[in-house]
Formats: sequence, structure tokens, C-alpha cells
Amino acid sequence: MSERLLPHVDEDSRPFFEAALRGELRIPRCTATGRFVFPPRALSPFAPRAPLEWVTVSGRGTLWSFVVPHPPLLPWFAERAPYAVVAVALDEDPRVRLVGNVVAREDGPIEEVDPGTLRIGARVRVCFERVNDAIALPRWLLA
Amino acid sequence: MLGLMLKDRAAIVGIGETDFAKRLEPSEKRLACEAILAALDDAGIAPCEVDGFASYTMETTDEVEIAKNLGAGDVTFFSQVGYGGGAGPATVGQLAMAIATGQCRVGVAWRSRKRGSGGRPWAGAQQQSASATWTRPHGLLRPVDEIAMLTRRYMHEFGATRDHLANVALAVRGMANRNPKAMMHDRPLTREEYMRARWISEPLCLFDNCLETDGALACVLVGAERARDCRRPPAWVHAFGQGLPAQMHTMVNYWCDDPLRGPAWTCADQLYRHSEIGPAEIAVAQLYDAFSPLVLLSLEGYRFCGRGEGAAFSEKGALEAGGRLPVNTSGGGLSEAYVHGFNLINEGVRQVRGTSPNQVPGAEACLVTGGEGVPTSAVILRR
Repeated sequence: MSERLLPHVDEDSRPFFEAALRGELRIPRCTATGRFVFPPRALSPFAPRAPLEWVTVSGRGTLWSFVVPHPPLLPWFAERAPYAVVAVALDEDPRVRLVGNVVAREDGPIEEVDPGTLRIGARVRVCFERVNDAIALPRWLLA
Repeated sequence: MLGLMLKDRAAIVGIGETDFAKRLEPSEKRLACEAILAALDDAGIAPCEVDGFASYTMETTDEVEIAKNLGAGDVTFFSQVGYGGGAGPATVGQLAMAIATGQCRVGVAWRSRKRGSGGRPWAGAQQQSASATWTRPHGLLRPVDEIAMLTRRYMHEFGATRDHLANVALAVRGMANRNPKAMMHDRPLTREEYMRARWISEPLCLFDNCLETDGALACVLVGAERARDCRRPPAWVHAFGQGLPAQMHTMVNYWCDDPLRGPAWTCADQLYRHSEIGPAEIAVAQLYDAFSPLVLLSLEGYRFCGRGEGAAFSEKGALEAGGRLPVNTSGGGLSEAYVHGFNLINEGVRQVRGTSPNQVPGAEACLVTGGEGVPTSAVILRR
């Protein structure tokens, strides 16, 4: 079995993945302007030195775009291709576009949903796959 | 006032390149030296006169190695520009600035790459950037996947179709078919073949992707007085811009306000700010084409048409020889060679010299751009 690619969890992204392990989708927000900031980082780009606060969001959004990769790919993905990778615009701020996979169930394979059935604008909701004790990945169910 | 200082103060007076092939035997270092020496020969300038260098951060051979193999003199300016295909025109622009401000007198820019026979950069399992954490674990692995995400959104928002992408691929292939140096010189491409081609990352097929090439290119810049005495007509660096827009992420630019308004827009603002030549005066362009949709986005960013109008602009053969705006007239990255866009620079020089394999009659100026999708750069070269 080839190796799966996992996120690199650092001080900026740790709260995201800790929340994901609890089944929560949390996104940082600028404490000065109230604007969401993604990907997570140390400071708000919208107000000098303003700290970020982590906010639990609804986990609902729409498909902003998607691609269907075909080999050559890294082995773990080549074994599953073709599969769809989507970008989901969150309801709370559609400029936060989370990249992920649409799945039929939270621990389902990434190739299970036929990419031909996907449409931009489709409604989705988040679920989480626990990959190991430290990492859970957000994934998307058609709503 | 920098624009006034830069405008037409330096010129490209020599270009050189190796053969282009899927596999060449010499090392990247030897290919680099071969291309640079050819460019110096073209300019009629001795290697010992070179005192400035500019290249890409991704270049494997540094200035020290190049200088000692060429027999360069004392070097007083050297810079490297980041972000792969975004860097090409900036190597020329930064040398022009260095020459205009007296930091060097004879500058060499180059790129040497064995991407044809070497490995695919994305194939390493290592995360390559902070952004990768948010994309690669889900199978968005390669540059083509990252650009395909923007492409499908572009098609959705503006009614673009695969026919528009094919307009780019076929126009550029036609150029290559008339350029004996192009890797695809003997390989015509029809719209039917394009539509039947295998997918790489839907909605992008094989022919939306650049070639995999071994090869190297270089050019030589000097200041105004010297340029007038060189044996080739100078290609003046009329204007230069770089662009890294607010809140941009390189390649995966999905988290800004408008991902379809990419770095070309920022770069173009700077480029045209000090230019006497605007899009209306540009009759030929070399638009970075690692992927065909980047050409449509660049047509918009560099203001040949409005936002969302790049696809429609490509219709009726507009990008082909004899069209409204012939692009990538040596075959570009899609069909001549993919060496991080440096072949677009040398072809821009040939257009203003009047020696292109697809010469646009009377071309006074040529736009050359770096990669849309990464922090980028552009120059306007003029006769």
C-alpha cells in the first residue's frame, strides 16, 4: 500500500486540525475587522497586528469548482484515479474556498462519487475522516 | 521616475539557445554555458566583458559556476528571481534596471533545465509550501491540477468551452509547425485530435499542457550607447513590471477576492504605467503558456480585452499567424519548448528584429509575459 499525503500541521494550522478531530470546522477570523482569514496564519492581513480568533462555522457551502486528475499521479492517488477534487465556498464567506473531496460517507473512498454527477453551485456539507490520532480531514457530502 | 530611468535605457543585443529535445546528454551546467556563449557570439561581445547575471531561483547552476566556466570578468550585479515561470521577463527587467543605474554594463540572463529527461517536481511527496497542506492531501498534486481548478471556474463564469482552450493550443502548434527548431515542428494538430486527447486533469487534456523539454536559453543586455554599436538591431527594454497581488497564493490562488483576476493584472498596471506602448499598439505577444488557459487569462490581465473576454477574443483565429494578435510565434511552451518561458523572451527579440519564423510584418513592439498563476513579470521589447 503506497503512502498517503498528510497535512503538515504547524502552529498556524494546529487549531484547524484539532477542531477537525472533534468534528468541528473552525476558521480563523480577524478580531479587528470580523473578516475570515484563510489559510490560517499568525496575524490578520486586514488590520496590523490584530490577533485571529477561531470560529466554528456551519460547514455548509457550495461547489466553487472541481477538477478530475488522471495519472500520472503519486501512487496513492493513481490507484484511486480518476477522482474529483473540489473547492467549496463556505456560506459564512464564499472567499474561503476549502479544497477537498466529495464523498458518499465520511470514511468513504475519494473515487466513490462519480465526478460526472458534480456541478458547480451544488450544495455540500462538511464531514470528517479520522486519518490517525493526530489528523482528521474535512470532506464534503452532497447536501 | 524609475520608469523614465528604465525606458529604452538597455537593450537585448544577443540571444542564444541549445537544441530542444525530450532528452539531451549534456548537464544543465553545460547547456547553460552553451546557450550563454551562443548569445554572446550573437551580440559580438567577449565573455570577459560580462559583469552582470540574472536567472531563476530554481536554476541549478549558480553565477559562480557560470562565471568561472565562461571566463566572465569581475561581476558587480547578480540576482535571482523566484516563482519558476514567473521569473523570465524579470531576469531581463532586473538586468535592465542594473544597467540603467550603473550597477553593471554587460548583463546575461539565462535558464537551463532538463525537465524532459529529469524528474517531475511535483512527484516528491514532500509538501512544497505552506499552502500545500490545504490542497495536496486531497489529491490536488500537480501544477496542472491547480490550474484546472481555476479553468473550470473560468469556463463556468464566462461561458468558455474546450473549443476556446483548443484555439490556444492549435494557434501555438501552427506557429511551431513553421519553426524548424520547435519540438512539435513536424507534428500538426487538428481540433478533432485535441478533442479526442487523453485527460490530464479535467477540464485540461494533454494538449493544454506544455512540453517536457531539455534545453537552455540566454540573452545579453547592454546600455544604450553600446547597443547602437552592436551587430544586431537592439531590442530595447521599453517597459518592465512585476506583480504579486494582495492576498495572492502561488498556483493555488483560491483564497483572494477574485481568483480569476490574477497576478497579470497587477503586473500589467506597473508595466503600462511608464510605457508609451499600450495594448492597442502591441501587434504580437509572447504569453506564458505552461497551460493553455493561462493565455486566455493573460489576454485579460494585459488588457487586450476585458475580464472574462479572453475566450471570445481567441475566436476567429485571433491568436494565429495573421490574426488580430498572434501569440507565441515560435511555438511557446506548448509546442516549441518548455524552459520556464525563456524561449518567449528570445522569440520576442526575434519579432522586433524581424527574424521570427512567424514574423508579424512591421512589428514595432512585442509583449513578453511570465506565468499567470505565480508572482509574475513582463517586459515590452521594442525596435
